[in-house]
Amino acid sequence: MALYINNEAIDIQQVPADTSLLQLLRQQQLTGTKEGCASGDCGACTVMVVESSGQSLTAKAINSCICPAASLENHYIMTVEGLTAQQAPTLHPAQRAMVECHGSQCGFCTPGFVMSLAALKQARPDLATAQVEHQRQAVLDAISGNLCRCTGYRPIVEAGCQSLKIPAQSFSFVHNNESTAPCSSTTTVQKADQIYLKPKNEKQLQQAISDYPSARLIAGGTDLMLEVTQQYQTINQFIDLSDVDELTQTSIDDDSLLIGAAVTYSDLERQLADIAPEFVALLHRLGSRQIRNRATLGGNICNASPIADSPPFLLALDAILHLASSTGQRRSVALSEFYLGYKQTAMASDEYLTSIEISRSALRQPVKLYKVSKRYEDDISAVMGAFSLTAQGKLTIAFGGMAATPIRMNDTEQLLQLDINGEFAEQAITKAMASLADELTPLSDVRASAAYRSQMAGNLLRKACIELCQPDLSIGVFTDA
Amino acid sequence: MRKLVESEITNRNSINGVGSSLQHESAIKHVTGRAQYIDDLPQSNQLLHVATGKSSQAHAKITAINLDAVRKAPGVVDVIVQADIPGHVDVGPVYGGDPLLAGDTVVFVGQPIFAVAATSFEAAQRAVRLANIDYQPLPPILTIDDALNAESFVLPPHQHLQGDPDAAIDAAPHQIEGEIYVRGQEHFYLEGQISQAWPNEDGGIHVISSTQHPTEIQKLVAEVLALPLHQVVAEVRRMGGGFGGKESQAAPLACMAALFASRQQRPVRYRMPRQDDMIQTGKRHDFKNRWRAGFNDDGRLLGVDMLLAGKCGCSPDLSEGIVDRAMFHASNAYSFNSARVVGVRCKTNTVSNTAFRGFGGPKGMMAAETLMDDVARALGKDPLDVRLINLYQPGQDITPYGQQVSQHVLPDLMRKLADDADYRSRRQSITEFNQQSPFVKKGLALTPVQFGISFTAKHLNQAGALLHIYTDGTMLISHGGTEMGQGLYTKIQQIVATAFDVPVSMVKVSSTRTDKVPNTSPTAASSGTDLNGMAALDACNQIKKRLAQFAAGHFNIADYELQYHKGSISAGDQQMSFAEFIQLAYMNRISLAASGFYRTPKIHYDKKTGQGQPFFYYANGAAVAEVCIDVLTGEYKVERVDILHDVGKSLNPAIDIGQIEGGFVQGMGWLTTEELLWDDQGQILSNSPANYKIPTAFDVPYQFNVALYPQDNKVDTIHLSKAVGEPPLMLGIAVWAALRDAISSTTDYRFSPRLDTPATPERVYWALQQCADYQHQQEAS
Repeated sequence: MALYINNEAIDIQQVPADTSLLQLLRQQQLTGTKEGCASGDCGACTVMVVESSGQSLTAKAINSCICPAASLENHYIMTVEGLTAQQAPTLHPAQRAMVECHGSQCGFCTPGFVMSLAALKQARPDLATAQVEHQRQAVLDAISGNLCRCTGYRPIVEAGCQSLKIPAQSFSFVHNNESTAPCSSTTTVQKADQIYLKPKNEKQLQQAISDYPSARLIAGGTDLMLEVTQQYQTINQFIDLSDVDELTQTSIDDDSLLIGAAVTYSDLERQLADIAPEFVALLHRLGSRQIRNRATLGGNICNASPIADSPPFLLALDAILHLASSTGQRRSVALSEFYLGYKQTAMASDEYLTSIEISRSALRQPVKLYKVSKRYEDDISAVMGAFSLTAQGKLTIAFGGMAATPIRMNDTEQLLQLDINGEFAEQAITKAMASLADELTPLSDVRASAAYRSQMAGNLLRKACIELCQPDLSIGVFTDA
Repeated sequence: MRKLVESEITNRNSINGVGSSLQHESAIKHVTGRAQYIDDLPQSNQLLHVATGKSSQAHAKITAINLDAVRKAPGVVDVIVQADIPGHVDVGPVYGGDPLLAGDTVVFVGQPIFAVAATSFEAAQRAVRLANIDYQPLPPILTIDDALNAESFVLPPHQHLQGDPDAAIDAAPHQIEGEIYVRGQEHFYLEGQISQAWPNEDGGIHVISSTQHPTEIQKLVAEVLALPLHQVVAEVRRMGGGFGGKESQAAPLACMAALFASRQQRPVRYRMPRQDDMIQTGKRHDFKNRWRAGFNDDGRLLGVDMLLAGKCGCSPDLSEGIVDRAMFHASNAYSFNSARVVGVRCKTNTVSNTAFRGFGGPKGMMAAETLMDDVARALGKDPLDVRLINLYQPGQDITPYGQQVSQHVLPDLMRKLADDADYRSRRQSITEFNQQSPFVKKGLALTPVQFGISFTAKHLNQAGALLHIYTDGTMLISHGGTEMGQGLYTKIQQIVATAFDVPVSMVKVSSTRTDKVPNTSPTAASSGTDLNGMAALDACNQIKKRLAQFAAGHFNIADYELQYHKGSISAGDQQMSFAEFIQLAYMNRISLAASGFYRTPKIHYDKKTGQGQPFFYYANGAAVAEVCIDVLTGEYKVERVDILHDVGKSLNPAIDIGQIEGGFVQGMGWLTTEELLWDDQGQILSNSPANYKIPTAFDVPYQFNVALYPQDNKVDTIHLSKAVGEPPLMLGIAVWAALRDAISSTTDYRFSPRLDTPATPERVYWALQQCADYQHQQEAS
């Protein structure tokens, strides 16, 4: 019932279940980790989490502000204080480079940047000798969730690249050798009305849901925890999915790709790099590195947000969701049937999502994913468009941000068929664009006006028609993504 | 006799004084997390936390308040309403209008109505949500247009008049009209507003605040508590960013914390969570600018008539100076020849807008820069040429407010930048690219900044400093400026070290405290170093004068023979370490403390006539930006930016470049991705970083070249340097102008579309549609 902060065991059994790691750290007077927003948007609270699996250690940067401390039981957490302690008497390379490059001004965001850069260095020793351009890309990725309002970032990026080249002392992590009994569900927090359960397998998970029907299911918690940190609500009971074996596996065979609901985006980026490169490119724009290290595909789907970024892709590829209930009943439902209305799904209250299935044939189809937002990185879509060209020469079309749910455009799809030249006729495209305007009645909100969204639906369709037919042609400004 | 401390100077070579790129004085503390911000102060069981209950209405009478549930909520210790304030209720900085807690009327959504002190931050936040407040709604004024129609102003309009602009415009060969809506900006300092207060044994208060204006905190806390000023000490060690947002708007937090500290005789901390900060504190003003101008065939302006309407919100706050500065900079770097510039201060039922880096200047400049591009396109000229011929230069050097521009930096600076950045050849290749690229268009723009340095409120142009030299030769310098990341403490440290030619490690800058240096001006208007650096130097010079006189008598030399050199002194043929010399001076009873003072010379401005010389000098710079846009979506990318900026003789090149880069990116954010939005009930929609997007590292151009223009200031500033805090923000205008250039390329640069700011992908897209409509009309006719 402890986690290890800078190699010191901190007992969390008596800590309220919804206490964030940031709150816990600051209660311990580890005040180097800052609160800038308490919503996972600014990165000032970034810490390094180290997971051990067998011999290997993996380091990740996470937002401590929206991460329940209890979810990290038995994990090693390194804060900026720990970084210095272990590198003493000198500074860690990320710290040294930040000083030398004049990477701090007001200094409030700085510990968060340092931890993002330190996590990158820890996770990617291979970058020490990489080309400058690769280093730069990796640094940009690592700090995609860190906001700085003073420097304009140039010196921070420079410091990041420089730090990769400076040799570092290796860290030691105090190891907790107590193995938890393999078949018992771990209870991290237990007091009075508080419960934080970390089941290890589906059987335990089903039992937990039966025992605590009002408990909230949590995976990365990157959305759920906002109820606590932004609305000051109390959540007393959690069932954490992130250790459930069956939910954290990705498997692939000749017929299909099966993604566990609790697989994080960061893991997906690695696992799908070869088989779904467009989706992986989109993931780089979904949240930030810190968010992707915690957030899961299942969470994105089950949240049922109309502007979720992954459902349009999955809709366009006819993904199937596999559900299970607390009694062990299993069923499958097409994603296109899953969303019933705004924030409503076909899932019963005692059901959970186990995995997402995409057929290999769908994955082989050319696909174009367009995310339109005000800011390129870590922004919520105004419009998310997904387009895929089937073997039959049909186009599948799905959108986010255009309706109360992510939506597949069945009627418009009927209007498009590749002609004998392997192109879509201009007339058909124009007709399809008009059809989209009929089928969709988006809203105006803080991200875009309804009129712009409508225009984008049509224009993204046009863009997809051009780019899918001429695979070598890219007609946008973000060609690298 | 007491034994004097031994000197511990080891490294006499690393002076790191003025002109060197010394690292920020807190750099190591920043990177190790040891730099302490207010929320990092140790928490005792005694500490109380504050939250406020907010108005849900933009404009309403409060008919009933029921706080029973709030009082009974877990952890709540004290609850107050306006009637519980013992002294002044109003905490407005200049004209008032900002009650600490609302009385019977609320005037914006989010206005604090009551406040709670509780045993934890969360308990306070949960408690304030339990209030029952009944309102009788009143008609709100929410927009600039509403305010203009209703003539709802926080202060009367003001005008600059030069010549007879109406006649000049009418007589000109060409006339043009235009309008732009320039949205405001959320400061998004990473450290939100915060204060902590402690009661002391005398019934007084010590308040530590994240503020740019400690003296005003002292004054307002004293007024709210009905205490004399000497009973209140305000202290600031550092801010996690300020950008103007902590000039006037830090005060309510300090006052509230002090009020509860006084009532409960316990330490009290008031930290706003991000969402409260984004709802309850003022922002950069929205402006609606309109103009009519006349010009000749070369694009030279002959007359300009301009209206600048700022959205001030519910009270004046600092809007007098802000709209004035918008007016001062409405011509930016260009001679209008004859001009009428009118500024109006719109009163709306929204949070009172406040200072933000540039202080009105950026909004005025947007009018001038829009006008330059429009004139160029009307004549089919390169906008750079139109800018160059309109620049202030000998023969056309009088501003609409009567100040003569005397240092003509920009004509050379802009030509040099255009050369260094290959503007002309890139212009040509971009035009060619655009002719062949249907879906992606490129844009290029070079825009200048000419920013007036001095507070336009004359009395603020003063500063004090207090220098202590201890008997080991180390020094403690206190001054009235605050450190918000801009490197002021570092520069002060360098200035003092250079005065005695000792290593910077011998100089420590103390936290800013009103009991050390009184009656300070806010650290604002880019003036922190200009004013406080001069005050610190004055303190150094006073002690140096005493030491010279002492040395003259002691060593039997002339005054001027006392020389400081790398941690040592020489007096005639005598040589000793600086510390030894200081010990000698102490033994001979020479005072080793001094209070320095500075006031800016020459400046004056007559508000009645709208004429004068409000600025001691101008800081200058220019930027070239290249962008590409996606014609189908309006999305864009900034590909390359080159900046050449005038900081005079740089006190610290690394810090100055940091200010330039950071200011540029902040300005770019203001004009591109950062969009403040309210709904039609006056509720702010952009209330969190999830829906208000400041730039990330990805948004910074891949090619980002920044250079300092090597020329000393020609007026007598601290080591001939120039202020650098605000001016670079307006270099971001180049990005906006380049976006508009790219959009305009779809009409072969004949049509100049309206592009309000921020130029989000959506606004870029609609501007492209304006161009498409123009093309259709051209083809039809």
